Amino acid sequence: MATAKKKLVQWEPTDIKKELLKKYPAKVARKRAKQILINEALENTTPEITANVRTIPGIITMRGCTYAGCKGVIMGPTRDIVNLVHGPIGCSFYAWLTRRNQTDAGVDGENYMTYCFSTDMQDSDIIFGGEKKLAAAIQEVYDLFHPKAITVFATCPVGLIGDDIHTVARTMKEKLGDCNVFAFSCEGYKGVSQSAGHHIANNQVFTHMVGENNEEKPGEYKINLLGEYNIGGDGFEIDRILRKCGITTISTFSGNSTYDQFASAHMADLSCVMCHRSINYVADMMETKYGIPWIKVNFIGAKSTIKSLRKIAEYFGDQKLIDRVEAVIAEEMPAVDAVREDVLPRTTGKTAMLFVGGSRAHHYQDLFAEMGMKTLSAGYEFAHRDDYEGRHVIPNLKVDADSRNIEELEVEADPERFKPRKTDAELKALEDKGFKFKEYDGIMPDMEAGSLIIDDLNQYEAEKLVELMKPDIFCAGIKEKFSIQKLGVPMKQLHSYDSGGPYAGFKGAINFYKEIDRLVNSKVWSYMKAPWQESPELSATYVWE
Amino acid sequence: MLLRHTPKEITERSAVTINPAKTCQPIGAMYAALGIHGCLPHSHGSQGCCAYHRSALTRHYKEPVSAATSSFTEGSSVFGGQANLLQAINNIFTVYNPEVIAVHTTCLSETIGDDLNQIFDKAYKEGTVPKGKTLIGAPTPSYVGSHVTGFSNMVKAMADLAEPTGKKNGKVNVIPGWVEPSDMEEIKRLAKLVGADITLFPDTSGVLNGPLSGEYHMFPQGGVTVAELKGCGDAIGTLALGEWCSADAARLLDTKYKVPCRILDMPFGLKATDRFIDALRIVSGTVVPDEVSYERGQLVDLISDMHQYFYHKKVALYGDPDQLIAMTEFLVSIDMCPVHLVTGTPGKRFEKRIKELTKDMPYEVNVRAKGDMFLLHQWIKNDPVDLLIGNTYGKYIARDEDIPFIRWGFPILDRQGHQYFPTVGYKGGLRFLEKVLNALLDRQDRDAPEEKFELVY
Repeated sequence: MATAKKKLVQWEPTDIKKELLKKYPAKVARKRAKQILINEALENTTPEITANVRTIPGIITMRGCTYAGCKGVIMGPTRDIVNLVHGPIGCSFYAWLTRRNQTDAGVDGENYMTYCFSTDMQDSDIIFGGEKKLAAAIQEVYDLFHPKAITVFATCPVGLIGDDIHTVARTMKEKLGDCNVFAFSCEGYKGVSQSAGHHIANNQVFTHMVGENNEEKPGEYKINLLGEYNIGGDGFEIDRILRKCGITTISTFSGNSTYDQFASAHMADLSCVMCHRSINYVADMMETKYGIPWIKVNFIGAKSTIKSLRKIAEYFGDQKLIDRVEAVIAEEMPAVDAVREDVLPRTTGKTAMLFVGGSRAHHYQDLFAEMGMKTLSAGYEFAHRDDYEGRHVIPNLKVDADSRNIEELEVEADPERFKPRKTDAELKALEDKGFKFKEYDGIMPDMEAGSLIIDDLNQYEAEKLVELMKPDIFCAGIKEKFSIQKLGVPMKQLHSYDSGGPYAGFKGAINFYKEIDRLVNSKVWSYMKAPWQESPELSATYVWE
Repeated sequence: MLLRHTPKEITERSAVTINPAKTCQPIGAMYAALGIHGCLPHSHGSQGCCAYHRSALTRHYKEPVSAATSSFTEGSSVFGGQANLLQAINNIFTVYNPEVIAVHTTCLSETIGDDLNQIFDKAYKEGTVPKGKTLIGAPTPSYVGSHVTGFSNMVKAMADLAEPTGKKNGKVNVIPGWVEPSDMEEIKRLAKLVGADITLFPDTSGVLNGPLSGEYHMFPQGGVTVAELKGCGDAIGTLALGEWCSADAARLLDTKYKVPCRILDMPFGLKATDRFIDALRIVSGTVVPDEVSYERGQLVDLISDMHQYFYHKKVALYGDPDQLIAMTEFLVSIDMCPVHLVTGTPGKRFEKRIKELTKDMPYEVNVRAKGDMFLLHQWIKNDPVDLLIGNTYGKYIARDEDIPFIRWGFPILDRQGHQYFPTVGYKGGLRFLEKVLNALLDRQDRDAPEEKFELVY
C-alpha cells in the first residue's frame, strides 16, 4: 500500500547503493557499483557511469538481444517491406505484432506488419547450411506478394553455421530485378544488448535505401523525424502537429514509414532526432554524406513539444513558420493545461522511477515534472555513456571487444548530392544565438543531485529500490510489470505503453496525465489485505450479540 | 483488411513459413519449469531468447515470470558457454536462492555443442551448487520440433529426477501436458474427488495465477516439489495426457523405473474426460463418486439443450497437436464439424489421428501438421467456417473474414480468464461450450433482421 499510506523513509543515496550491492558475489558487486551512480554536479563535468557493457550471466536482466534491436525496434514498424527472418521459428514469432507499432496503410496500401515471415530453419538446415532455403524463401515471398523490398535478418545459428546471407540477398536482388533485397547480420549474440542491433539496422538502411529516390518532394520546411516508432500512435500525433505547423515530414525512421520515405530521406533539410540511442548513427551519416544538419528534439511532454517545435522553426528561420508554430501552440495548449490543472492536485508530490530504453527514461521525466511528480531514480536498459553524460564524452569512449564487431561505416560527402543546407555564416549566426546542432546533453544534467542513476537495472535491484524508496509509480517493460505490481506499486510500461497512447505531443500529454492520475490514484492499491488480515485478533465480544 | 495480401489461391511453399502456428522449443521448457516449486528457469543462450520467452509468458498470464539467461556474447559463441553458465549458476544461487535451476538450451548453445551435463558436473565439483539444491537440464534446440517439444523435453528432465526406493508409494503420476494453471488445478480437484493420490507435474497452478497481496514472492507457493518428483519412480502408475507433451516423460518412467504408463488424450470434452476419469479410478483402485457423474451429466445436459446451435457448424482450429486432437473429438461428439486444422508442430500422426476422428463427418477435413496460419486462412477463404478457435493471432483472420472467434490455446494476449477458469474436465467442457454458444449466438443476434431478432434461445 505504498500509495495509500506513504512511509517516507529518508534514505541516503549511498546507503541505497550499498543495499543494492550487499547480496552480490564480490565480482558482481564490483561491476554493478560502476553502473550505479549517484548524480552529483562536479566541476564542469558529470560523473562517469559505466554503460553498454556485458550483462552478467544469471543476473535477471531487462535487456534483449541484437536481433530484437534490429528487427523488432528499427525494422518492425516498416509496413511495405517484407521482413524475413532467417532462423528457427521463435525469433520471428516473438517479434510478431508485439511492440504496438501502429501504421496506416490506407484502404489498399501495402502492409505486411500483420504478417510474420520465417525460414523456420530445421536441423538439416543447421547441418547442411540454410542458404538454399533462404533463397527459395525470398523467391516464394516475391512470387506471392511482389513487395518493393525484402529484408533478411540473421538469428544466432545463422552466424555460427556461416550462411552468407548478404550474398544470397545480392543474388536474389539481381535475379528479381524490381525488388530491393538486403540483409542484416544481427545475430542475437552480437553486442551486449538491443543497442548493437540498432546500429546494424542504421548501417544497412542507410546503405541500401537512403538516397535511392532523388525526386523533389512537395512541401515546405522539410524534415526527417528520426527515432520515432509510432508506438501507441505517438508518430500519428507528432505528424498531426507538424502538419498543422506546415512542416513537411519527408521521412520517419521508422514509425508509420514507407519504403519511399527511407529512399527520399536525403531530400530533407533537417534531421530531428527523437531517440538518440537508436538512430544517431543515421543522423550523423546523413549529415556527412548529404549535408543535412541534425538536432535533438523531444515530443514527449507538452513543454518539450513546444521547445522542439520552436527549435525547428528557429532553424528554418522563416517568420511565417515561426508565427504558425506559435499559433499552433496557442491553440493546442488550453486543452493540455485544463487536464494538467485537473490532475495536478492528485499527482503533485508523487514520485516516479523510470528504467527503460535508451531515451525514454529521460524524455518521460518531462511529463512527470509537468504533473508535479519527482523522478527518484532512473536509468537506461541499453544506452551508452553519451546518453547519460552527453555527447561530449563520445571521443573518450573506449571501444571494447563487443562494440568492435559492430561495423562503423566509412561515409564521405556524396560528390553530387552533398549540399550544405545552411551557409557557414547562417550556421554560426544560429549557434551564436545558442542554437545547438548535433548535441545531446544526456539524462544526468536534468536529474536532481543525489538521485540514483542506474544502468541495466535488473530484477533484484528493481525490487530492492521499490522496497526501500517506495515510489508511487515505476516505469519499465512488460517483464518487470507484474513483479512490481505484486508489491502494491503501479507499474507503467514505457516500451509498449501497456494498452495506451499516444503519449507524444499535445494530445499525448493529455493522455499521459490522465493515465498516470488513474494509476497512482486507483482504488485497487488499497485492497491488498482482507479485513481479517488487517486485524486478525478475535475480539472478545461479537458485535451482533 | 488486416491480412490483405493473403490470396485465395493456394500455392505450395517449401521454404517460407508465414504466420506460424508454433514457436520454438525453449519457451515450452521455460513454462514447464515454472511448474516446479522454487524453480528458476534458465535459458542457456543469448539474452534475447530469455527476454522474448518471459515477455510472451508474462503477456499471456499477466503474472511475473522470472527466468535467467547465460547472456552469450560473440566470445562465448565461439569459445563455448561453459564459463557463462557456471557464473550464472553461482550468481543465481547467491542472489535469488531457488531450490532448483532448470536449464534449457537454445539454438545457439546447441549449435556450438555445449553439453549441459558436463557443465553441471563441473558446477557440482566446484561447489557452486549449495547442498540440497538441484540442477536439471533439458536440450531444447529451437530448430527441432516446436514449443511443444521443448515442453516435453523439460517434463522428461523432471521425470528423470525420480529416485526409486524400491517401495511403491501408492501414488499416481499425472502429467497434464501444456495446459493452463486453471486446468492443472481442475485435474487435481477431479483426482481428489476420485480419491486418487496423484503427483501432478508440471504444476503451474499457484505459480502463474497468483493473488495480489502487496507482497512479491519470486517463488510462489505452487509447483511440484523436487521431493515429489523424486518419488515419481515409486508411483503405481503414470497417466500421460497428450502424446506430444507428456508421453516421453511417462515412457521414461516406464522403461527406466518400471512405472507402468498409459498415454491418454488431454481431458478436453466429454469422451476424453470420461477416459481420463476411468483410467484414474482403475490405476488408483478407487470408486468414482456420484459428484463426478453429476458434473458429467450437467455437460451432457447442456449438449442436448443447445444441440441445435452446434449441429453441423463448421469450425477452423489451429494450435498444438494434443489440444487439437482432444478438441476435435469434442467438437465431433457434439455434431460440430472441424473442417480446417493446422498445427505448426511436426508429426504425421497428427494428421492421421484427425482424419480418423473426422471420418464420419459430412465434410472432408483439411488438416496439416507443420502448417501455418497463412495456409489456414487460405483454406477458410476457399471454404468458409462458422467458428474459429485458436490463440490471439487468429483475431486478424476472424476480423477480415468476419468469423466468430474463441481464444483458446497459447498465447492469449488480449483476453483474460484462461489462467482462472479451466477448459479441461466436465466443468471445463461446460465453460468451453458456454464460450461457443456466446460466440455463435452473439453473431446471430448481431446479424438477425429485426423481425427475426428473438428474446429466447
